[in-house]
Amino acid sequence: MTRIFVPRDAAARAVGADRVATTIVQEARRLGLAVDVVRTGSRGLFWLEPMIEVETPGGRIAFGPMTAKDVPGLFAEGLPLSAAHPLCVGRPEDIPFLKRQTRITFARCGIIDPLSLADYRAHGGYRGLERARSLGAAGTVDEVTKSGLRGRGGAGFPTGIKWKTVADTAADRKYIVCNADEGDSGTYADRMIMEGDPFLLIEGMTIAGFAVGATKGYIYIRSEYPDAIRVMERATVLAEAEGLLGAEAKFDIEIRVGAGAYVCGEETSLLESLEGKRGQVRAKPPLPAHKGLFGKPTVINNLISLATVPAILADGAKHYADLGMGRSRGTMPIQLAGNVKHGGLFEAAFGLTLGEIVDDIGGGTASGRPARAVQVGGPLGAYFPRALFDTPFDYEAFTARDGLIGHGGVVVFDDSVDMARQARFALEFCAIESCGKCTPCRIGSVRGTETMDKIIAGDRPEANLALITDLCQTLKFGSLCALGGFTPYPVMSAIKHFPEDFTRPRLAAAAE
Amino acid sequence: MLPILHDLQAVFGCVPPAAVRLVADALNLTRAEVHGVVSFYHDFREQPAGRHVLKLCRAEACQSMDGERLARAFLDRLGVEWGDTTPDGRFTVEATYCLGLCACAPSAMLDGEPIARLTQASFDEIAREVGQ
Ligand SMILES: Cc1cc2nc3c(=O)[nH]c(=O)nc-3n(C[C@H](O)[C@H](O)[C@H](O)COP(=O)(O)O)c2cc1C
Ligand code: SF4
Ligand code: FES
Ligand code: FES
Repeated sequence: MTRIFVPRDAAARAVGADRVATTIVQEARRLGLAVDVVRTGSRGLFWLEPMIEVETPGGRIAFGPMTAKDVPGLFAEGLPLSAAHPLCVGRPEDIPFLKRQTRITFARCGIIDPLSLADYRAHGGYRGLERARSLGAAGTVDEVTKSGLRGRGGAGFPTGIKWKTVADTAADRKYIVCNADEGDSGTYADRMIMEGDPFLLIEGMTIAGFAVGATKGYIYIRSEYPDAIRVMERATVLAEAEGLLGAEAKFDIEIRVGAGAYVCGEETSLLESLEGKRGQVRAKPPLPAHKGLFGKPTVINNLISLATVPAILADGAKHYADLGMGRSRGTMPIQLAGNVKHGGLFEAAFGLTLGEIVDDIGGGTASGRPARAVQVGGPLGAYFPRALFDTPFDYEAFTARDGLIGHGGVVVFDDSVDMARQARFALEFCAIESCGKCTPCRIGSVRGTETMDKIIAGDRPEANLALITDLCQTLKFGSLCALGGFTPYPVMSAIKHFPEDFTRPRLAAAAE
Repeated sequence: MLPILHDLQAVFGCVPPAAVRLVADALNLTRAEVHGVVSFYHDFREQPAGRHVLKLCRAEACQSMDGERLARAFLDRLGVEWGDTTPDGRFTVEATYCLGLCACAPSAMLDGEPIARLTQASFDEIAREVGQ
């Protein structure tokens, strides 16, 4: 029996992986080939998706990007498949994009059957929980602190310190909440783990529960991710059946689905939403670590933070902390997206420069035109011009340049981009997604969008740019959360680094 | 409350105003509170959508791959605006902000199924599939 691996990742499905899988089964049956199609997560080399991998005595060989039409030709000469086929990309581990990575959190993603606990265990699963139990609760928190892991949801707060606060707060009930709202454009790391390695998240949350003394966990998944919701639900059922969740494990997980509100990714808004309310942001203090879900001490972490903990425990804090630069320790799953030739997930130690990421790893733009602007860190992240391509991927380095790395999304634009429109979109997005609590965010964003329209129409650009700058100051200092508070990043970076796009005389028709 | 609202919408295609009172009674809340929740979230509708729903991504990664121009052309061809349903009541086009398919932009979801690397030809195919 030859095993053929075909991703069931939503992005692979979106470009035809299901049809490829079905055609392989049909073709194998027709030719009488002994083939077993295994659906996996994605390796994250999205320009090659659908990428299939065929088991051979010398390891797996990959082919991509496949279409259903390519399948009969590929199998025409039977098995083993010919490595001389034009779609053969060789051993996946040898593809430079994968070879150059340091895969810790994503070590298994795209390799195993996501819903096979046997596969998960065979690839090192549950070693982290085992070590946590041997270290004890306090020892586990210590280990996470020593690893230097910082929250991967955006704010970069040290995970160990957050856990310690919850561990030290006495209460009859505590909660672990996984933030899987992943609303940032250009990001998909959370989605890939849920679809490709769901037991990793279950293990990470179980460790968190053990470490802080919580017996109940929630995973809040955005509704835009139906595939991830399906896989996670199935995985929790399978884990329960094996006693890895439930009474025996002293930890339970419930899955909750969002309802299309970006702001619900903000931690206090998410907690309100979990409680069945409008997702309005709460003022802090109290911190969720003291009074979180239903008023109880709560660890709320991004999915990647939680999913990185098992490897930290399994291989030791030092192994993780030895990677990275400055105060950014370990690895970051960088997500290359948009107009980029090699779009995909690149997990690497902190410290690569933006230029290396976009030009070397990403291979430049998909359109072949020059890369002109790169938005890092989602819709609240700054636009970087080529002149800042020497910025290293590191929390502090990005902050020093009025940007942020956020959840690790890198969206590339070529020279056809109109930065005035991008600035307008940032304000419009703030208006659409504002929770409504703060006036600058709720109203200012609407006025800002209108003012940008005037600038785009060529109406007194200088006076209107001054108004925008003023509004951004108000947003920055008069907002309760980072939706209003950080919208100035994309707006002001666009104005600062691409001023020519704001004063260009335009055809009246282009102003819509 | 969100799980209840999701279930209602799965059955009725929307959260009907009549259901707001029932939910309020069941959860011991006021109707205003329930309405507040329903109206806060972009997902919940007060009217059912068309038989087919296309959620088109309008976020940055999809913008960088010309998604806005393709989307505009498609809306114009159907003669509808964002959020509208075609006059025959069969097809709704909605904006969404990122589907996590950003490395294969531009992208969309048709009746819950992801589609990416959209081109003019993909839109022709979508139109055929939904009978437009
Ligand atoms: C508007 C807004 C949206 C956010 N969206 C997300 C999100 O989708 N996922 C996430 O993990 N964190 C998001 N955050 C950050 C969370 O508030 C919070 O910092 C994070 O969940 C903490 O987990 P971490 O320490 O593991 O990063 C968002 C913040 C803001 C202000
Ligand atoms: S800044 Fe905006 S989203 Fe954040 S709390 Fe204020 S109104 Fe709500
Ligand atoms: S409720 Fe806010 S102004 Fe009336
Ligand atoms: S920006 Fe369109 S799918 Fe992410």
